[in-house]
Amino acid sequence: MAEDQDVVRFQNVGMRYGLGPEVLHDISFRLPKGSFHFLTGPSGAGKSSLLRLMYLAQRPSRGLVTLFGNDIATARRGALPDIRRRIGVVFQDFRLIDTMTAMENVAMPLRIAGASEAQVKEHVPELLRWVGLEDQIDARPPTLSGGQKQRVAIARAVIARPALLLADEPTGNVDAEIALRLMRLLEELNKIGTTVVVATHSEPLVARFKHRRLHLDAGELTALPGGGAQAGMA
Amino acid sequence: MIGHRAILPLSRDPASRFLPWLIAFMVWLAGLALAGAMQIQTTSDAWVKGVAGRLTMQVVPAADESAEALEARIGRALALLRETPGVARAEAMPKEAAAALLEPWLGKSALVEELPVPRMIDVVLEDGAPMDTRALGARIAAQVPGTSLEDHGLWLANLVTLAGAIQAIAFAIVGLIALAAVATVVFATKTGLAIHHEVVELLHLIGARDGFVAREFQGHAFRLGLKGGVGGFVLVAATVAVVVYLAGRVEAGLLPPIALGLAQWAALAGLAIAVALIAMITARLTVMRALARMP
Repeated sequence: MAEDQDVVRFQNVGMRYGLGPEVLHDISFRLPKGSFHFLTGPSGAGKSSLLRLMYLAQRPSRGLVTLFGNDIATARRGALPDIRRRIGVVFQDFRLIDTMTAMENVAMPLRIAGASEAQVKEHVPELLRWVGLEDQIDARPPTLSGGQKQRVAIARAVIARPALLLADEPTGNVDAEIALRLMRLLEELNKIGTTVVVATHSEPLVARFKHRRLHLDAGELTALPGGGAQAGMA
Repeated sequence: MIGHRAILPLSRDPASRFLPWLIAFMVWLAGLALAGAMQIQTTSDAWVKGVAGRLTMQVVPAADESAEALEARIGRALALLRETPGVARAEAMPKEAAAALLEPWLGKSALVEELPVPRMIDVVLEDGAPMDTRALGARIAAQVPGTSLEDHGLWLANLVTLAGAIQAIAFAIVGLIALAAVATVVFATKTGLAIHHEVVELLHLIGARDGFVAREFQGHAFRLGLKGGVGGFVLVAATVAVVVYLAGRVEAGLLPPIALGLAQWAALAGLAIAVALIAMITARLTVMRALARMP
């Protein structure tokens, strides 16, 4: 795969929060367009930090990070919102806005991108139906269960058809059937060209869906326990 | 702001409750200072208009001088004044008019008639005519003893300087109040940013431009500023109305007439708009600055 087709490329990336210790060390990998990766590793390994770098919540302390061919270190600040709009994120803590309905939460990326109300009214209910929340369109997050919130968060992440979808434990709070359905949704998006990264602790999930994986341990990309293959190393 | 759907529930913040009251209080103070400055300007203009280009000659009665002799001296002084180039008009003030001016202090007693009250000659100069009032006064005093010429320009200049200083202080007060309003809005906006930090960060992460987030705060600040500004203007209007009423009840010419014209009321109403705009711009700059620190 040519490098210019990489959606994400990390090269010798290190990251620290403020003046604290480095939490990611010499990370190098690339994610080609249309790839599907699991991001695995024990708690505290740096999965969320790696995702934060990918969704531009954090800048690397060193090394090169490129997204859609843009070097993040040198990109104009004014160009970053356009890059972020191409990225859908399912946050581990959902980050739904409690004062907005499920419909409004999911519609937010469309509204930020300047979509018309007609587009919002056409696509948002359809997607909420798809994730099984057709009865909760007007519900606010405090009245939803953990699993329902997670589905709203996933719907919000995918509503704008992102080119890169990053999901942090997207199936952590849902039952097996819903988890399967959500994974199928992510695969559907992947089939139409979306590059997907799913951070998860769930080995059964990883085993069931045969996708490549990035494994982190103590802030470093490592060989998998048992010698499994690690995909996309730069 | 138009067409922008509010995402952040800023109206539920504590700052949203106290900010209009604070702004109303500030607009009230600023409005009173401004109204005072404008009233002083009006009065100062009236003074200048009333006495500019005018001189007053005093003719002091000599001891045991008969009324006829005094009238004769006044007549000579009038003649000299009227033949002076640049003098448009010179008229002696009737004795009754001088007595009327003294009436508030001395009453209507017939004794006033007997007092050696100086007689006045009102002199009106031609517009723009150069006049050495000191030389004119000396020349007439040499020919008509017991006369002196007063140039109002001297005391008027001091009065106008005083009025200007008071106005400058009033405008400084308005400026300080504006600074206080800016500081209050900065504080309220930073509080809002802290309360809604997670949502602001979320908007940022899903691709909202800084201006999009700033519009949430600036629109809210504009509404609160306008609310407080209108409240403050109502307080100013009520206060000015009370002062005008009370001043109107004061007899005699001790106070200049106190009243605000339409343009001055418009300027006071403009304070409400100005404070709303200041709040809006301050909130926007505060948010943009805070967002600029995000990755």
